[in-house]
Amino acid sequence: MDQGKHILFRHRDIANIRDLDVYLAHGGFEAFKKAVTTMTPQQVIDEVKNAGLRGRGGAGFPTGLKWSFLTKDSFPRYVVINSDESEPGTFKDREILTHNPFQFLEGAMITAYASQANTIYNYVRGEYWDVVAGLEQCVAQLYERGFLGEKLFGTEFKLDFYHHRGAGAYICGEESALLESIEGKLGQPRLKPPFPADKGLYAKPTVVNNTETVTNVPFIIQNGAAAYRQNGTEKSPGTKLFCLSGHIQKPGNVELPLGVTLRELIYTHGGGIREGKGFKAVMLSGASSVVLKVDDALLDTPLDYESVAAKGAMLGSASVIVLDETVDLSWVILKTTRFFKHESCGKCTPCREGTYWMLSILERINKGGAAKADVELLQNVASQIQNKCLCPLGEFSVTPVLASLKAFRGDFDAHTADGAPKTAPKKAAVAAGD
Amino acid sequence: MLTDKYASEIAEILNRYPAERRRSAVMPLLYLAQSAYGHLSKEAIDEVGAITGVAPTDVAGVVGFYSLYHDHAAGKRRVQICTDLPCALRGADAWAAEFLARLNLKKWDETTADGEFTVEHVMCIGACDKAPCFQVQDSTGIHFHESQPDRAMTVDEAVGILEGLKGK
Repeated sequence: MDQGKHILFRHRDIANIRDLDVYLAHGGFEAFKKAVTTMTPQQVIDEVKNAGLRGRGGAGFPTGLKWSFLTKDSFPRYVVINSDESEPGTFKDREILTHNPFQFLEGAMITAYASQANTIYNYVRGEYWDVVAGLEQCVAQLYERGFLGEKLFGTEFKLDFYHHRGAGAYICGEESALLESIEGKLGQPRLKPPFPADKGLYAKPTVVNNTETVTNVPFIIQNGAAAYRQNGTEKSPGTKLFCLSGHIQKPGNVELPLGVTLRELIYTHGGGIREGKGFKAVMLSGASSVVLKVDDALLDTPLDYESVAAKGAMLGSASVIVLDETVDLSWVILKTTRFFKHESCGKCTPCREGTYWMLSILERINKGGAAKADVELLQNVASQIQNKCLCPLGEFSVTPVLASLKAFRGDFDAHTADGAPKTAPKKAAVAAGD
Repeated sequence: MLTDKYASEIAEILNRYPAERRRSAVMPLLYLAQSAYGHLSKEAIDEVGAITGVAPTDVAGVVGFYSLYHDHAAGKRRVQICTDLPCALRGADAWAAEFLARLNLKKWDETTADGEFTVEHVMCIGACDKAPCFQVQDSTGIHFHESQPDRAMTVDEAVGILEGLKGK
């Protein structure tokens, strides 16, 4: 995709784009002005609905529809942006916030106008400390120049923008935990319903959108739904940021139309597998992925929400972790499980205890002291976490475990005294200090 | 007291949230207190509780829940290394082991003999394409130090970065 077709990275490579005048010179805030001065909130919602924009945080829920669920005649309302990306393999929002900050801010501000909210909170993971410092300078410029504050463009619409830093808790990427965190509490998920559209932040109607999602909005308002649909597929329109990591030649973010094949993503844009090795498996949505065995059919799969779902996996946030032929899946799963065990908020017993026991078994398997029965026990524990937790974290923790046990059982059995093949298994790499 | 020294910062933080929602200010105020005191002692927690009207027990609960708040003293700077899956696939485990050895540390959470650096093992920091990577948390915030996508940061370079931070 050439730069002219970028939507999310439209301004990424322009020098001094963090200077408001430079952004304005490239058409910045024309969409916001158009929305506030010539469109009703409902017209903005309809345009985004027609564009078919879907949430980029993972779930793929239609964005315009989400905005239309806000409880009628209930004010104040809030727009909360989820910039808490914290899953291993995900680093797209950081690039938007760093290299295209004003487009993001403009998208969030149009979202607020459509939602009839006068306050935006952007929840950013604490690790992105310097990213927030940069964003706050951008916000200050917007207040100085009258794009934020009272009576915008001479209308009655007023808007404030604040940042709220997280402090190192993956669970706060779950929207209700995120809202708890802004309220100054532990980041533990709420029972749903009520949903945020009815009772969100401070029990008021709230839209929670991902950073990448709202960064699409200025293009849609400026150019219309039809122009947006020039990219992507019928059901998954637009472009997407794909985060490439692991054994890829060129790690980093690439923006491509939804529906690009895995083959094109990896071999054309990612430069192929590092050191020319074979491509064993892929995780398309970060550490919580269904681990997919790579074959020609998978390589030809279009990466859009429906086609990936048809493969029994999820496109999610498109955090693509590449695993080459040298990788031992029992070690991969040790790594993912260690992450989810650490990040379990402790509220639901199956997740809190189950991730602990899965990690213990996986450590035993990786150290070589396990029996085949331990692999079966791992399967058993994983199945007892499934479908038994309030939020998706527990589910996320078992997804790669069960998928790997199904597709790569040999990688686990090879470490066991009674399940290993006659040839000696390769030695597992054990994490430093684990 | 925070209220004496940081009155304008505290006012700015409280202003971000509705007047009747002072509890929302607990997290940013904890960052402020941590910058001021180095870690979150019982006294610091009490101060944040007093400013927001939240019981110190609840403030302490927040400190315990989030991994970037620290209720105990450590080195002047915390060096936080990620070895989660994407980093590990690019050699972060061996890199981290060598890094610890170069600083004469036997395991995670130890502090260098000069009291400058405590090295911690953290979860994903969102720099998977720039592994190996680490962040440094100190009184000025949290700052990344990363590899380039086409060239890994060497342990020598990382140790050099830390040397450059001393005295600052």
